[in-house]
Amino acid sequence: MSLARSTATILAKELRTEFRSRELLGTTVVFVLIVIFLFSRTFEPTSSESRRFGPGLLWLAFLFAGSLMLQPSFLREQTNDTLAALRLAPIDPFSILAGKMTANFLFLLLVELIVLPVFAVFYNVAILPVLAPLVLVLALGTIGLATTGTVFSAVAAQARLRELLLPLLLLPVLAPVLIASTEATIGILRDPFDLSVVWLTFLTAFDVVFLTAAWLIGEYLLEE
Amino acid sequence: MASESQSRTPSGAAISFPSVLVVFLLVATASYGALIQAPEEATMGLIQRIFYFHVSSAWTGFVAFFLVFIASIAYLRTRALKWDWLSVASAEVGVAFFTVVLVTGPIWAKPVWGIWWTWDARLTSSFLLWILFVSYLVLRTLVDEPERRAMVSAVFGIFAALDIPLVYFSIWWFRTQHPQPVIGAGGSLDGRMWRVLMLCWVATLGVMALLIRLRYRLEALRTEVDALRLEESRNAGRTM
Amino acid sequence: MATPHSSSPDSGLRISFSGIEKRYGMRMALRDVSFEIGAGECVALVGHNGSGKTTLLKITALLARPSRGQITFCSGATALSTDAVKRRIGMVAHHTLVYDELTAEENLVFFAKLFDLPDPVARARESLEPVGLARRADDMVRTFSRGMRQRLAIARALLASPQLLLLDEPAAGLDPEGQQWLGATLANLHASGCTIVMSTHGRNETQSCVTRAIRLEGGAVTHDSGPNGDPRGVLAMAAVRETAEGDAR
Repeated sequence: MSLARSTATILAKELRTEFRSRELLGTTVVFVLIVIFLFSRTFEPTSSESRRFGPGLLWLAFLFAGSLMLQPSFLREQTNDTLAALRLAPIDPFSILAGKMTANFLFLLLVELIVLPVFAVFYNVAILPVLAPLVLVLALGTIGLATTGTVFSAVAAQARLRELLLPLLLLPVLAPVLIASTEATIGILRDPFDLSVVWLTFLTAFDVVFLTAAWLIGEYLLEE
Repeated sequence: MASESQSRTPSGAAISFPSVLVVFLLVATASYGALIQAPEEATMGLIQRIFYFHVSSAWTGFVAFFLVFIASIAYLRTRALKWDWLSVASAEVGVAFFTVVLVTGPIWAKPVWGIWWTWDARLTSSFLLWILFVSYLVLRTLVDEPERRAMVSAVFGIFAALDIPLVYFSIWWFRTQHPQPVIGAGGSLDGRMWRVLMLCWVATLGVMALLIRLRYRLEALRTEVDALRLEESRNAGRTM
Repeated sequence: MATPHSSSPDSGLRISFSGIEKRYGMRMALRDVSFEIGAGECVALVGHNGSGKTTLLKITALLARPSRGQITFCSGATALSTDAVKRRIGMVAHHTLVYDELTAEENLVFFAKLFDLPDPVARARESLEPVGLARRADDMVRTFSRGMRQRLAIARALLASPQLLLLDEPAAGLDPEGQQWLGATLANLHASGCTIVMSTHGRNETQSCVTRAIRLEGGAVTHDSGPNGDPRGVLAMAAVRETAEGDAR
């Protein structure tokens, strides 16, 4: 069975599970909003400050939310050892990772798109005129987050203290994404509009490097 | 039993006396070079000499982390635990050297620039690298079974190592966009200073090699002891 | 009760274990295990906990790799590739291997798709019949009783009409009636040519079709009644050991 088909089947299952309960989606959105609110209470953002600090806080909130919300990805497969069921199937083992990565990506992107307008209101930034490049940055950054997050979720699932371990592993590795995405977002929201090719290329490179690494060695994590 | 293990526990002394002697001599020579023989830097004075140890430690730390990368790949390919022993040994030694970097940085900065810390490109990157591999070590403490631990460490080790150039570039590019005074820069290096630096680096590499070898041996012995303990407890349980 | 999908008796699966060794750390879970299972046999693996039964089953299911040694699958004269083998194996494990947050039917449709079966929805519905879960097809597995989950697990294992069925202590958690049903199901499958390997703790109702018994202790094979022998001796051995250990405690 082709990698694409098995990935799509697993993706569909992940999405169905996720959206059936919708509890994780709601909780993650609320969590991001709380983080943004708390961050902004640590200083009083005037309009120009908002444009400088806001994006950083936004991405920080996304990273925190991501590192918490990516937990269940593989933990869910431990309850009834359904991971073994997946591995019994005649599919490329990478499709298990790929399906989950894609599901996590879509899920996180959805959270970000929901939070974005709220962010725009809190920080008085106009996002509609620059929506397309903004979504591009969101997508590139989130690919990096979802890719590494899913792989590390598989790592953490085999260890103790996994709730603490996932953020511990993920956040340092994602520091470059935080920097790049924040800078790119600041550039986009700046007046005049500045689309930083360097940062966008960097984000793409990050995604390519880690997607490739996940493809090459990810399946070792699924073995017994 | 140890003989059943794919990775033999090394026998004999961990490090030979000649090798210790060589490294000791290297370190002594390098220290002499750095502290006494090298020309004094014009603006910074005596404290600048710490730069030789600061930079050599950083470069050596890189080498150690590169070893983690190689050993992790080797483990995934061969499943021989000895690569895992090399991996943890290199990671710990690398963290130790980067601790030296993070400590000598402020010691150098305070007298010269008046501040303990600055988020300049090099220090920031060093800090992040330090955290990255400390996370690697934390991960290891949280997985009990040796093969599973080796596996997840190898995967995370590879990801962490791949992250290194990305960390450096992103922080460097950020700093070029938002410049601030850089600690440690200023002036090119005099020829004699380069020679001393190289000597310091070789000496530090020697220390690194010794430490890794010692740690590797420790890990091998630890694994053997754990296995013997396990066998003993299982035998005791069965005769009950 | 309808017979679950049967496999063709001519294309039986032969398994060959050669010098299989499995280490976890420095603990030997399996030592030098070598034997062959011919097509259509019904093998019981007996032994107490920790004897290596589950590990051997996992290796047979290609879920774990042996530290040393080889396992080969043949259909007729040709050795099979990993994917080809996976298509032919069904497994009932210690855990249920189904998703609590999906319905019974959704679970089976999902796995049917992963096994690339034609018309997965119809196949799923058909598979629920023999295990008596057809009326609970749209209920979440979370709401199922232990026995029902076990039956769904069996339906899942039989989805792709496996030529090799692996079961890890399948009687555990089933009441005597459930055990009898399972015994009858296994007998039917065996009659239609399926090779069965199941690990078992002691005597129970599921063993009516057993043609061969292999005993493991400390990861090594101690007794093997052979493809043509009488398994009852080895099976009885397991039960006696169990009782003796139980009394000694």
